[in-house]
Amino acid sequence: MKVMVLGKATERSEAGEFGTAEEFAAMDLFNEKLVEAGVVLAGDGLQPTSKGKRVAFDADGNTTVIDGPFAETKELVAGFSIWEVASMDEAVEWVKRSPLRNCEVELRKVLDAEDFAESFGAEIAAAEQQLRTEPAANQ
Amino acid sequence: MTSATQQAIDAVWRVESARLIAGLARVVSDVGLAEDLAQDALVAALEQWPESGVPDNPGAWLMAVARRRGVDTIRRAVTLQSKVELLGREFSDHQTPMDEIEFDPHVEDDVLRLMFTACHSVLSVEARVALTLRMVAGLSTEEIARAFLVQTTTMAARITRAKKALTEANVPFEVPVGEELADRLSSVLEAVYLVFNEGYTATGGGQWARAELCQEAMRLGRMLAALAAGESETHALVALMEIQASRLRARTGPDGEIVTLDKQNRARWDRLLITHGLAALDRAEELGGTGSYAIQAKIAACHARAPRAEDTDWVRIASLYGDLVVLTRSPIVELNRAVAVSMADGPAAGLAVTDGLLDVAALRNYHLLPSVRGDLLAKLGRSMEARAEFERAAELTSNEAERAHLLARASSS
Repeated sequence: MKVMVLGKATERSEAGEFGTAEEFAAMDLFNEKLVEAGVVLAGDGLQPTSKGKRVAFDADGNTTVIDGPFAETKELVAGFSIWEVASMDEAVEWVKRSPLRNCEVELRKVLDAEDFAESFGAEIAAAEQQLRTEPAANQ
Repeated sequence: MTSATQQAIDAVWRVESARLIAGLARVVSDVGLAEDLAQDALVAALEQWPESGVPDNPGAWLMAVARRRGVDTIRRAVTLQSKVELLGREFSDHQTPMDEIEFDPHVEDDVLRLMFTACHSVLSVEARVALTLRMVAGLSTEEIARAFLVQTTTMAARITRAKKALTEANVPFEVPVGEELADRLSSVLEAVYLVFNEGYTATGGGQWARAELCQEAMRLGRMLAALAAGESETHALVALMEIQASRLRARTGPDGEIVTLDKQNRARWDRLLITHGLAALDRAEELGGTGSYAIQAKIAACHARAPRAEDTDWVRIASLYGDLVVLTRSPIVELNRAVAVSMADGPAAGLAVTDGLLDVAALRNYHLLPSVRGDLLAKLGRSMEARAEFERAAELTSNEAERAHLLARASSS
Protein backbone atom coordinates (compact mmCIF):
# COMPACT_ATOMS: atom_id res chain seq x y z
CA MET A 1 0.00 0.00 0.00
CA LYS A 2 0.99 3.61 -0.48
CA VAL A 3 1.39 5.99 2.41
CA MET A 4 1.72 9.75 2.09
CA VAL A 5 4.22 11.16 4.55
CA LEU A 6 3.53 14.79 5.41
CA GLY A 7 6.31 16.73 7.10
CA LYS A 8 4.61 19.46 9.12
CA ALA A 9 5.84 23.02 9.01
CA THR A 10 7.81 24.62 11.82
CA GLU A 11 8.62 28.26 12.52
CA ARG A 12 11.96 27.67 10.87
CA SER A 13 10.50 26.08 7.73
CA GLU A 14 7.92 28.84 7.48
CA ALA A 15 10.74 31.39 7.73
CA GLY A 16 12.34 29.71 4.69
CA GLU A 17 15.30 28.30 6.65
CA PHE A 18 16.76 25.16 5.12
CA GLY A 19 18.43 23.69 8.19
CA THR A 20 22.12 23.23 8.88
CA ALA A 21 24.59 21.28 6.76
CA GLU A 22 24.63 18.55 9.45
CA GLU A 23 20.84 18.27 9.40
CA PHE A 24 20.93 18.04 5.62
CA ALA A 25 23.57 15.32 5.68
CA ALA A 26 21.65 13.27 8.25
CA MET A 27 18.46 13.60 6.22
CA ASP A 28 20.28 12.59 3.03
CA LEU A 29 21.59 9.49 4.75
CA PHE A 30 18.10 8.60 5.94
CA ASN A 31 16.64 9.12 2.47
CA GLU A 32 19.36 6.93 1.02
CA LYS A 33 18.35 4.11 3.40
CA LEU A 34 14.75 4.48 2.27
CA VAL A 35 15.69 4.31 -1.39
CA GLU A 36 17.92 1.30 -0.76
CA ALA A 37 14.99 -0.42 0.94
CA GLY A 38 12.88 0.15 -2.18
CA VAL A 39 10.30 2.18 -0.27
CA VAL A 40 10.31 5.60 -1.93
CA LEU A 41 8.09 6.46 -4.90
CA ALA A 42 8.18 10.25 -4.73
CA GLY A 43 8.98 13.11 -2.40
CA ASP A 44 10.00 16.75 -2.18
CA GLY A 45 10.16 19.75 0.08
CA LEU A 46 7.82 22.73 -0.29
CA GLN A 47 8.40 26.46 -0.21
CA PRO A 48 6.99 28.25 2.86
CA THR A 49 3.32 29.20 2.75
CA SER A 50 4.32 32.87 2.31
CA LYS A 51 4.77 31.87 -1.35
CA GLY A 52 1.64 29.70 -1.44
CA LYS A 53 -2.00 30.26 -2.34
CA ARG A 54 -5.32 28.90 -1.23
CA VAL A 55 -8.45 28.74 -3.34
CA ALA A 56 -11.72 28.70 -1.39
CA PHE A 57 -15.03 27.55 -2.93
CA ASP A 58 -18.44 28.69 -1.71
CA ALA A 59 -21.63 26.63 -2.11
CA ASP A 60 -22.22 28.00 -5.61
CA GLY A 61 -18.69 27.27 -6.78
CA ASN A 62 -17.50 30.90 -6.62
CA THR A 63 -13.83 31.03 -5.82
CA THR A 64 -11.70 33.30 -3.65
CA VAL A 65 -7.93 33.19 -3.93
CA ILE A 66 -6.10 33.77 -0.62
CA ASP A 67 -2.40 34.60 -0.55
CA GLY A 68 -0.05 33.07 2.05
CA PRO A 69 1.44 33.06 4.60
CA PHE A 70 -1.08 31.06 6.62
CA ALA A 71 -1.25 31.27 10.36
CA GLU A 72 -1.67 27.80 11.87
CA THR A 73 2.00 26.73 11.48
CA LYS A 74 1.64 23.24 12.97
CA GLU A 75 -1.13 22.34 10.54
CA LEU A 76 0.83 23.38 7.47
CA VAL A 77 2.84 21.04 5.29
CA ALA A 78 6.53 21.65 4.60
CA GLY A 79 7.34 18.52 2.62
CA PHE A 80 5.92 15.22 1.46
CA SER A 81 6.89 11.75 0.30
CA ILE A 82 4.95 8.80 -0.99
CA TRP A 83 6.16 5.41 0.22
CA GLU A 84 5.16 1.91 -0.76
CA VAL A 85 5.07 -0.24 2.37
CA ALA A 86 3.37 -3.38 3.67
CA SER A 87 1.51 -1.65 6.51
CA MET A 88 1.00 1.63 8.33
CA ASP A 89 3.12 0.17 11.14
CA GLU A 90 6.00 -0.28 8.74
CA ALA A 91 5.70 3.36 7.70
CA VAL A 92 5.76 4.37 11.39
CA GLU A 93 8.90 2.25 11.93
CA TRP A 94 10.61 4.03 9.06
CA VAL A 95 9.63 7.49 10.30
CA LYS A 96 11.02 6.69 13.75
CA ARG A 97 14.42 6.12 12.12
CA SER A 98 14.50 9.61 10.63
CA PRO A 99 16.84 12.24 12.12
CA LEU A 100 14.07 14.86 12.45
CA ARG A 101 13.85 16.85 15.69
CA ASN A 102 11.27 19.28 17.09
CA CYS A 103 8.62 18.67 14.49
CA GLU A 104 5.78 16.37 13.56
CA VAL A 105 5.19 13.97 10.70
CA GLU A 106 1.74 12.88 9.62
CA LEU A 107 1.13 9.55 7.87
CA ARG A 108 -1.92 9.01 5.67
CA LYS A 109 -2.76 5.91 3.68
CA VAL A 110 -3.46 6.62 0.02
CA LEU A 111 -6.93 5.30 -0.80
CA ASP A 112 -7.03 2.14 -2.90
CA ALA A 113 -9.75 -0.24 -4.13
CA GLU A 114 -9.68 -2.07 -0.78
CA ASP A 115 -10.78 1.09 1.09
CA PHE A 116 -13.68 1.70 -1.26
CA ALA A 117 -14.80 -1.88 -0.78
CA GLU A 118 -14.69 -1.44 3.00
CA SER A 119 -16.62 1.79 3.23
CA PHE A 120 -19.23 1.41 0.52
CA GLY A 121 -19.57 -2.32 0.09
CA ALA A 122 -18.33 -4.32 -2.86
CA GLU A 123 -21.35 -3.62 -5.07
CA ILE A 124 -20.96 0.13 -4.90
CA ALA A 125 -17.25 -0.18 -5.56
CA ALA A 126 -18.06 -2.29 -8.62
CA ALA A 127 -20.69 0.21 -9.79
CA GLU A 128 -18.23 3.03 -9.34
CA GLN A 129 -15.69 1.15 -11.38
CA GLN A 130 -18.35 0.54 -14.03
CA LEU A 131 -19.04 4.28 -14.20
CA ARG A 132 -15.37 4.99 -14.59
CA THR A 133 -14.91 2.30 -17.24
CA GLU A 134 -17.81 3.21 -19.48
CA PRO A 135 -16.64 6.53 -20.89
CA ALA A 136 -13.38 4.90 -22.00
CA ALA A 137 -15.24 2.11 -23.77
CA ASN A 138 -17.18 4.74 -25.74
CA GLN A 139 -14.15 6.70 -26.83
CA MET B 1 0.13 -10.62 23.53
CA THR B 2 -1.56 -7.48 22.30
CA SER B 3 -2.06 -7.33 18.58
CA ALA B 4 -0.56 -3.83 18.61
CA THR B 5 2.77 -5.22 19.83
CA GLN B 6 2.52 -8.06 17.34
CA GLN B 7 1.99 -5.55 14.55
CA ALA B 8 4.87 -3.41 15.77
CA ILE B 9 7.15 -6.47 15.80
CA ASP B 10 6.01 -7.40 12.27
CA ALA B 11 6.84 -3.88 11.15
CA VAL B 12 10.26 -3.89 12.82
CA TRP B 13 10.98 -7.25 11.21
CA ARG B 14 9.99 -5.89 7.80
CA VAL B 15 12.35 -2.95 8.18
CA GLU B 16 15.28 -4.75 9.82
CA SER B 17 15.33 -8.40 8.72
CA ALA B 18 17.26 -8.10 5.44
CA ARG B 19 20.01 -6.01 7.00
CA LEU B 20 20.04 -8.25 10.09
CA ILE B 21 20.37 -11.50 8.13
CA ALA B 22 22.86 -9.93 5.72
CA GLY B 23 25.02 -8.54 8.53
CA LEU B 24 25.02 -11.91 10.30
CA ALA B 25 25.81 -13.78 7.08
CA ARG B 26 28.93 -11.67 6.62
CA VAL B 27 30.12 -12.76 10.07
CA VAL B 28 29.21 -16.47 9.92
CA SER B 29 29.66 -16.92 6.14
CA ASP B 30 26.53 -19.07 5.93
CA VAL B 31 23.19 -17.50 5.00
CA GLY B 32 21.22 -20.50 6.26
CA LEU B 33 22.76 -20.17 9.72
CA ALA B 34 22.39 -16.38 9.58
CA GLU B 35 18.69 -16.74 8.85
CA ASP B 36 18.24 -19.22 11.73
CA LEU B 37 19.99 -16.82 14.12
CA ALA B 38 17.84 -13.93 12.96
CA GLN B 39 14.72 -16.04 13.47
CA ASP B 40 15.93 -16.90 17.01
CA ALA B 41 16.22 -13.18 17.69
CA LEU B 42 12.70 -12.64 16.36
CA VAL B 43 11.37 -15.35 18.69
CA ALA B 44 13.14 -13.64 21.60
CA ALA B 45 11.54 -10.34 20.62
CA LEU B 46 8.11 -11.96 20.46
CA GLU B 47 8.68 -13.31 23.98
CA GLN B 48 10.14 -10.20 25.57
CA TRP B 49 8.79 -7.08 23.87
CA PRO B 50 5.16 -7.53 24.94
CA GLU B 51 6.46 -7.23 28.55
CA SER B 52 9.34 -4.82 28.13
CA GLY B 53 7.97 -2.74 25.26
CA VAL B 54 9.68 -2.28 21.88
CA PRO B 55 13.25 -1.07 22.53
CA ASP B 56 14.38 2.33 21.25
CA ASN B 57 16.72 0.76 18.75
CA PRO B 58 15.03 -2.51 17.80
CA GLY B 59 17.50 -3.29 15.00
CA ALA B 60 20.48 -3.16 17.33
CA TRP B 61 18.58 -5.24 19.93
CA LEU B 62 17.86 -7.99 17.39
CA MET B 63 21.47 -7.95 16.17
CA ALA B 64 22.85 -8.24 19.71
CA VAL B 65 20.60 -11.21 20.53
CA ALA B 66 21.35 -12.94 17.22
CA ARG B 67 25.10 -12.50 17.71
CA ARG B 68 24.93 -13.98 21.22
CA ARG B 69 22.99 -16.96 19.84
CA GLY B 70 25.57 -17.24 17.09
CA VAL B 71 28.43 -17.54 19.52
CA ASP B 72 26.50 -20.13 21.56
CA THR B 73 25.50 -22.16 18.51
CA ILE B 74 28.92 -22.21 17.00
CA ARG B 75 30.67 -23.00 20.30
CA ARG B 76 28.49 -26.08 20.56
CA ALA B 77 29.44 -27.22 17.08
CA VAL B 78 32.95 -28.59 17.67
CA THR B 79 33.59 -29.20 13.99
CA LEU B 80 33.21 -25.51 13.32
CA GLN B 81 36.06 -24.62 15.66
CA SER B 82 37.75 -22.38 13.14
CA LYS B 83 34.59 -20.39 12.73
CA VAL B 84 34.44 -19.71 16.47
CA GLU B 85 37.84 -18.12 16.29
CA LEU B 86 36.78 -16.14 13.29
CA LEU B 87 33.61 -15.06 15.03
CA GLY B 88 35.47 -14.14 18.21
CA ARG B 89 37.87 -12.03 16.20
CA GLU B 90 35.03 -10.35 14.30
CA PHE B 91 33.36 -9.45 17.56
CA SER B 92 36.47 -8.06 19.21
CA ASP B 93 37.29 -6.10 16.05
CA HIS B 94 33.83 -4.65 15.97
CA GLN B 95 33.39 -3.02 19.33
CA THR B 96 30.66 -0.98 17.78
CA PRO B 97 28.35 0.86 20.13
CA MET B 98 24.88 -0.61 19.66
CA ASP B 99 23.32 2.49 18.21
CA GLU B 100 25.85 2.70 15.40
CA ILE B 101 25.14 -0.72 13.99
CA GLU B 102 22.15 0.52 12.10
CA PHE B 103 24.13 2.88 9.92
CA ASP B 104 27.06 0.56 9.43
CA PRO B 105 28.33 1.47 5.95
CA HIS B 106 28.91 -2.20 5.05
CA VAL B 107 25.34 -3.20 5.67
CA GLU B 108 23.90 -2.23 2.30
CA ASP B 109 26.66 -4.11 0.51
CA ASP B 110 25.71 -7.06 2.70
CA VAL B 111 22.08 -6.85 1.55
CA LEU B 112 23.26 -6.97 -2.07
CA ARG B 113 25.44 -10.01 -1.22
CA LEU B 114 22.40 -11.58 0.39
CA MET B 115 20.34 -11.07 -2.78
CA PHE B 116 23.05 -12.62 -4.95
CA THR B 117 23.44 -15.57 -2.58
CA ALA B 118 19.71 -16.24 -2.23
CA CYS B 119 19.47 -16.17 -6.05
CA HIS B 120 22.53 -18.29 -6.76
CA SER B 121 22.24 -20.34 -9.92
CA VAL B 122 22.75 -23.62 -8.03
CA LEU B 123 19.14 -23.11 -6.93
CA SER B 124 16.02 -23.61 -9.04
CA VAL B 125 14.16 -20.39 -9.78
CA GLU B 126 11.36 -21.47 -7.40
CA ALA B 127 13.90 -21.97 -4.60
CA ARG B 128 15.48 -18.57 -5.36
CA VAL B 129 12.08 -16.92 -5.17
CA ALA B 130 11.25 -18.57 -1.84
CA LEU B 131 14.61 -17.67 -0.24
CA THR B 132 14.50 -14.09 -1.53
CA LEU B 133 11.00 -13.44 -0.23
CA ARG B 134 11.91 -15.00 3.09
CA MET B 135 15.35 -13.47 3.66
CA VAL B 136 15.32 -10.20 1.70
CA ALA B 137 11.65 -9.20 1.73
CA GLY B 138 11.13 -10.50 5.28
CA LEU B 139 7.92 -12.44 4.52
CA SER B 140 6.91 -15.36 6.71
CA THR B 141 6.80 -18.88 5.30
CA GLU B 142 2.99 -18.80 5.69
CA GLU B 143 2.75 -15.60 3.65
CA ILE B 144 4.93 -17.01 0.86
CA ALA B 145 3.00 -20.29 0.82
CA ARG B 146 -0.31 -18.43 0.61
CA ALA B 147 0.90 -16.26 -2.25
CA PHE B 148 2.09 -19.28 -4.25
CA LEU B 149 -0.99 -21.39 -3.39
CA VAL B 150 0.97 -24.22 -1.73
CA GLN B 151 0.84 -25.72 1.77
CA THR B 152 2.96 -24.01 4.42
CA THR B 153 4.79 -27.30 5.09
CA THR B 154 5.64 -27.59 1.38
CA MET B 155 7.06 -24.07 1.32
CA ALA B 156 8.94 -24.63 4.60
CA ALA B 157 10.54 -27.76 3.13
CA ARG B 158 11.49 -25.87 -0.04
CA ILE B 159 13.19 -23.15 2.02
CA THR B 160 15.04 -25.67 4.19
CA ARG B 161 16.26 -27.57 1.12
CA ALA B 162 17.41 -24.36 -0.53
CA LYS B 163 19.38 -23.24 2.53
CA LYS B 164 20.98 -26.67 2.74
CA ALA B 165 21.86 -26.58 -0.95
CA LEU B 166 23.64 -23.25 -0.49
CA THR B 167 25.62 -24.60 2.47
CA GLU B 168 26.54 -27.80 0.62
CA ALA B 169 27.60 -25.94 -2.50
CA ASN B 170 29.72 -23.73 -0.24
CA VAL B 171 28.37 -20.65 -2.01
CA PRO B 172 30.50 -17.68 -0.93
CA PHE B 173 28.73 -14.68 0.57
CA GLU B 174 29.81 -12.13 -2.00
CA VAL B 175 28.83 -10.04 -4.98
CA PRO B 176 30.30 -11.69 -8.08
CA VAL B 177 32.69 -9.68 -10.24
CA GLY B 178 33.82 -9.66 -13.86
CA GLU B 179 32.26 -12.07 -16.30
CA GLU B 180 30.37 -13.94 -13.61
CA LEU B 181 28.41 -10.82 -12.66
CA ALA B 182 26.16 -10.70 -15.75
CA ASP B 183 25.09 -14.33 -15.36
CA ARG B 184 24.51 -14.09 -11.65
CA LEU B 185 22.64 -10.80 -12.00
CA SER B 186 20.29 -12.29 -14.58
CA SER B 187 19.54 -15.10 -12.14
CA VAL B 188 18.53 -12.49 -9.51
CA LEU B 189 16.45 -10.49 -12.00
CA GLU B 190 14.73 -13.65 -13.22
CA ALA B 191 13.62 -14.52 -9.67
CA VAL B 192 12.33 -10.99 -9.02
CA TYR B 193 10.40 -10.93 -12.30
CA LEU B 194 8.92 -14.34 -11.55
CA VAL B 195 7.53 -12.97 -8.27
CA PHE B 196 6.03 -10.08 -10.22
CA ASN B 197 4.47 -12.27 -12.89
CA GLU B 198 3.07 -14.64 -10.31
CA GLY B 199 1.19 -11.65 -8.95
CA TYR B 200 0.39 -10.07 -12.30
CA THR B 201 -0.77 -12.96 -14.45
CA ALA B 202 -2.08 -15.68 -12.13
CA THR B 203 -5.83 -15.92 -11.88
CA GLY B 204 -6.21 -18.10 -8.78
CA GLY B 205 -5.81 -17.11 -5.15
CA GLY B 206 -6.97 -14.11 -3.22
CA GLN B 207 -6.68 -10.81 -5.05
CA TRP B 208 -4.99 -9.35 -2.00
CA ALA B 209 -2.08 -11.78 -1.98
CA ARG B 210 -1.65 -11.23 -5.73
CA ALA B 211 -1.35 -7.45 -5.57
CA GLU B 212 1.04 -7.86 -2.63
CA LEU B 213 3.32 -10.05 -4.73
CA CYS B 214 3.58 -7.36 -7.41
CA GLN B 215 4.47 -4.82 -4.73
CA GLU B 216 7.08 -7.11 -3.17
CA ALA B 217 8.67 -7.68 -6.57
CA MET B 218 8.77 -3.96 -7.35
CA ARG B 219 10.28 -3.28 -3.98
CA LEU B 220 12.96 -5.95 -4.45
CA GLY B 221 13.64 -4.51 -7.88
CA ARG B 222 14.04 -0.99 -6.48
CA MET B 223 16.39 -2.31 -3.78
CA LEU B 224 18.47 -4.00 -6.43
CA ALA B 225 18.48 -0.88 -8.61
CA ALA B 226 19.70 1.22 -5.65
CA LEU B 227 22.33 -1.30 -4.56
CA ALA B 228 23.58 -2.29 -8.04
CA ALA B 229 23.01 1.16 -9.51
CA GLY B 230 25.54 0.75 -12.32
CA GLU B 231 23.69 -2.12 -13.98
CA SER B 232 21.31 -1.07 -16.75
CA GLU B 233 19.08 -4.13 -16.52
CA THR B 234 18.25 -3.57 -12.81
CA HIS B 235 16.72 -0.18 -13.66
CA ALA B 236 15.08 -1.66 -16.76
CA LEU B 237 13.37 -4.38 -14.73
CA VAL B 238 12.05 -1.77 -12.27
CA ALA B 239 10.71 0.23 -15.22
CA LEU B 240 9.08 -2.82 -16.79
CA MET B 241 7.39 -3.90 -13.55
CA GLU B 242 6.23 -0.42 -12.55
CA ILE B 243 4.80 0.46 -15.96
CA GLN B 244 2.96 -2.86 -16.14
CA ALA B 245 1.71 -2.52 -12.56
CA SER B 246 0.46 1.01 -13.29
CA ARG B 247 -2.38 -0.67 -15.22
CA LEU B 248 -3.37 -3.16 -12.51
CA ARG B 249 -6.50 -1.34 -11.42
CA ALA B 250 -7.62 -0.67 -15.01
CA ARG B 251 -7.19 -4.18 -16.32
CA THR B 252 -10.07 -5.95 -14.59
CA GLY B 253 -13.71 -5.11 -15.12
CA PRO B 254 -16.47 -5.17 -12.48
CA ASP B 255 -16.93 -8.96 -12.86
CA GLY B 256 -13.22 -9.68 -12.67
CA GLU B 257 -12.88 -10.07 -16.44
CA ILE B 258 -9.68 -8.91 -18.12
CA VAL B 259 -9.94 -5.54 -19.89
CA THR B 260 -7.48 -5.41 -22.79
CA LEU B 261 -5.02 -2.55 -23.17
CA ASP B 262 -6.94 -0.84 -25.99
CA LYS B 263 -10.15 -0.75 -23.92
CA GLN B 264 -8.69 0.31 -20.57
CA ASN B 265 -9.69 3.61 -19.00
CA ARG B 266 -6.30 5.29 -19.02
CA ALA B 267 -7.42 7.78 -16.37
CA ARG B 268 -7.28 4.85 -13.95
CA TRP B 269 -3.60 4.13 -14.67
CA ASP B 270 -1.33 4.85 -11.73
CA ARG B 271 0.50 8.01 -12.84
CA LEU B 272 2.97 7.85 -9.96
CA LEU B 273 4.15 4.37 -10.97
CA ILE B 274 4.37 5.47 -14.62
CA THR B 275 6.48 8.52 -13.70
CA HIS B 276 8.75 6.44 -11.47
CA GLY B 277 8.96 3.69 -14.10
CA LEU B 278 9.80 6.08 -16.94
CA ALA B 279 12.53 7.67 -14.80
CA ALA B 280 13.96 4.19 -14.16
CA LEU B 281 13.88 3.53 -17.91
CA ASP B 282 15.80 6.78 -18.51
CA ARG B 283 18.51 5.57 -16.13
CA ALA B 284 18.60 2.15 -17.82
CA GLU B 285 19.06 3.88 -21.20
CA GLU B 286 21.82 6.14 -19.87
CA LEU B 287 23.65 2.94 -18.87
CA GLY B 288 23.20 1.29 -22.27
CA GLY B 289 19.67 -0.03 -22.20
CA THR B 290 19.99 -2.77 -24.82
CA GLY B 291 19.11 -5.81 -22.66
CA SER B 292 15.93 -7.81 -22.80
CA TYR B 293 14.27 -6.07 -19.85
CA ALA B 294 15.18 -2.68 -21.31
CA ILE B 295 13.53 -3.51 -24.65
CA GLN B 296 10.43 -4.85 -22.92
CA ALA B 297 10.30 -1.73 -20.72
CA LYS B 298 10.58 0.49 -23.81
CA ILE B 299 7.62 -1.35 -25.34
CA ALA B 300 5.61 -0.92 -22.12
CA ALA B 301 6.61 2.77 -22.12
CA CYS B 302 5.19 3.26 -25.65
CA HIS B 303 1.78 2.28 -24.25
CA ALA B 304 2.24 4.35 -21.08
CA ARG B 305 3.09 7.47 -23.09
CA ALA B 306 0.02 7.24 -25.35
CA PRO B 307 -2.86 9.37 -24.00
CA ARG B 308 -5.33 7.28 -26.02
CA ALA B 309 -5.02 3.79 -27.52
CA GLU B 310 -5.04 5.24 -31.05
CA ASP B 311 -2.04 7.45 -30.19
CA THR B 312 0.18 4.39 -29.63
CA ASP B 313 3.47 4.48 -31.55
CA TRP B 314 3.13 1.05 -33.19
CA VAL B 315 5.99 1.70 -35.61
CA ARG B 316 8.36 2.00 -32.68
CA ILE B 317 6.81 -0.99 -30.90
CA ALA B 318 7.22 -3.15 -34.03
CA SER B 319 10.84 -2.07 -34.31
CA LEU B 320 11.47 -2.83 -30.59
CA TYR B 321 9.97 -6.30 -31.02
CA GLY B 322 12.41 -6.71 -33.90
CA ASP B 323 15.29 -5.95 -31.49
CA LEU B 324 13.83 -8.40 -28.98
CA VAL B 325 13.59 -11.16 -31.62
CA VAL B 326 17.28 -10.68 -32.43
CA LEU B 327 18.13 -10.95 -28.73
CA THR B 328 15.85 -13.82 -27.70
CA ARG B 329 15.36 -15.70 -31.02
CA SER B 330 11.91 -16.56 -29.68
CA PRO B 331 9.16 -17.38 -32.22
CA ILE B 332 6.56 -16.18 -29.67
CA VAL B 333 8.22 -12.76 -29.64
CA GLU B 334 8.16 -12.85 -33.46
CA LEU B 335 4.40 -13.49 -33.30
CA ASN B 336 4.07 -10.42 -31.06
CA ARG B 337 6.07 -8.50 -33.63
CA ALA B 338 3.60 -9.62 -36.31
CA VAL B 339 0.73 -8.07 -34.31
CA ALA B 340 2.70 -4.83 -33.83
CA VAL B 341 3.56 -4.73 -37.55
CA SER B 342 -0.13 -5.18 -38.41
CA MET B 343 -0.99 -2.23 -36.16
CA ALA B 344 1.77 -0.11 -37.74
CA ASP B 345 1.55 -1.10 -41.42
CA GLY B 346 -1.77 -2.91 -41.80
CA PRO B 347 -2.99 -6.52 -41.61
CA ALA B 348 -1.29 -7.65 -44.84
CA ALA B 349 2.16 -6.72 -43.51
CA GLY B 350 1.42 -8.48 -40.21
CA LEU B 351 0.18 -11.58 -42.01
CA ALA B 352 3.41 -11.73 -44.04
CA VAL B 353 5.37 -11.87 -40.77
CA THR B 354 3.26 -14.79 -39.52
CA ASP B 355 3.85 -16.66 -42.80
CA GLY B 356 7.45 -17.04 -41.71
CA LEU B 357 6.30 -18.82 -38.53
CA LEU B 358 4.19 -21.54 -40.18
CA ASP B 359 7.05 -24.03 -40.31
CA VAL B 360 8.36 -23.39 -36.79
CA ALA B 361 8.03 -26.64 -34.85
CA ALA B 362 7.67 -24.91 -31.47
CA LEU B 363 4.51 -23.13 -32.67
CA ARG B 364 2.87 -26.10 -34.39
CA ASN B 365 0.40 -26.62 -31.56
CA TYR B 366 0.31 -23.03 -30.28
CA HIS B 367 -3.25 -21.71 -30.61
CA LEU B 368 -2.29 -18.03 -30.74
CA LEU B 369 -0.62 -18.41 -34.16
CA PRO B 370 -3.84 -19.41 -36.00
CA SER B 371 -5.80 -17.06 -33.75
CA VAL B 372 -3.67 -14.05 -34.81
CA ARG B 373 -3.74 -15.16 -38.45
CA GLY B 374 -7.53 -15.55 -38.31
CA ASP B 375 -7.85 -12.03 -36.98
CA LEU B 376 -5.60 -10.56 -39.70
CA LEU B 377 -7.31 -12.55 -42.49
CA ALA B 378 -10.72 -11.38 -41.24
CA LYS B 379 -9.52 -7.77 -41.37
CA LEU B 380 -8.41 -8.37 -44.96
CA GLY B 381 -11.88 -9.70 -45.83
CA ARG B 382 -10.52 -13.21 -46.54
CA SER B 383 -13.31 -14.79 -44.50
CA MET B 384 -13.04 -18.42 -45.67
CA GLU B 385 -9.38 -18.56 -44.69
CA ALA B 386 -10.08 -16.68 -41.45
CA ARG B 387 -12.73 -19.23 -40.47
CA ALA B 388 -10.31 -22.14 -41.03
CA GLU B 389 -7.69 -20.44 -38.83
CA PHE B 390 -10.16 -19.72 -36.00
CA GLU B 391 -11.38 -23.34 -36.11
CA ARG B 392 -7.80 -24.59 -35.93
CA ALA B 393 -7.09 -22.24 -32.98
CA ALA B 394 -10.23 -23.50 -31.21
CA GLU B 395 -8.99 -27.09 -31.62
CA LEU B 396 -5.63 -26.23 -30.07
CA THR B 397 -6.66 -24.22 -27.01
CA SER B 398 -7.29 -25.94 -23.70
CA ASN B 399 -9.20 -22.97 -22.28
CA GLU B 400 -12.98 -23.42 -22.61
CA ALA B 401 -13.85 -19.71 -22.58
CA GLU B 402 -11.25 -19.05 -25.22
CA ARG B 403 -12.49 -21.94 -27.37
CA ALA B 404 -16.05 -20.57 -27.26
CA HIS B 405 -14.75 -17.13 -28.24
CA LEU B 406 -12.74 -18.56 -31.16
CA LEU B 407 -15.64 -20.68 -32.44
CA ALA B 408 -17.89 -17.62 -32.29
CA ARG B 409 -15.38 -15.72 -34.41
CA ALA B 410 -15.17 -18.68 -36.83
CA SER B 411 -18.91 -18.74 -37.39
CA SER B 412 -19.10 -14.97 -37.87
CA SER B 413 -16.25 -14.96 -40.41
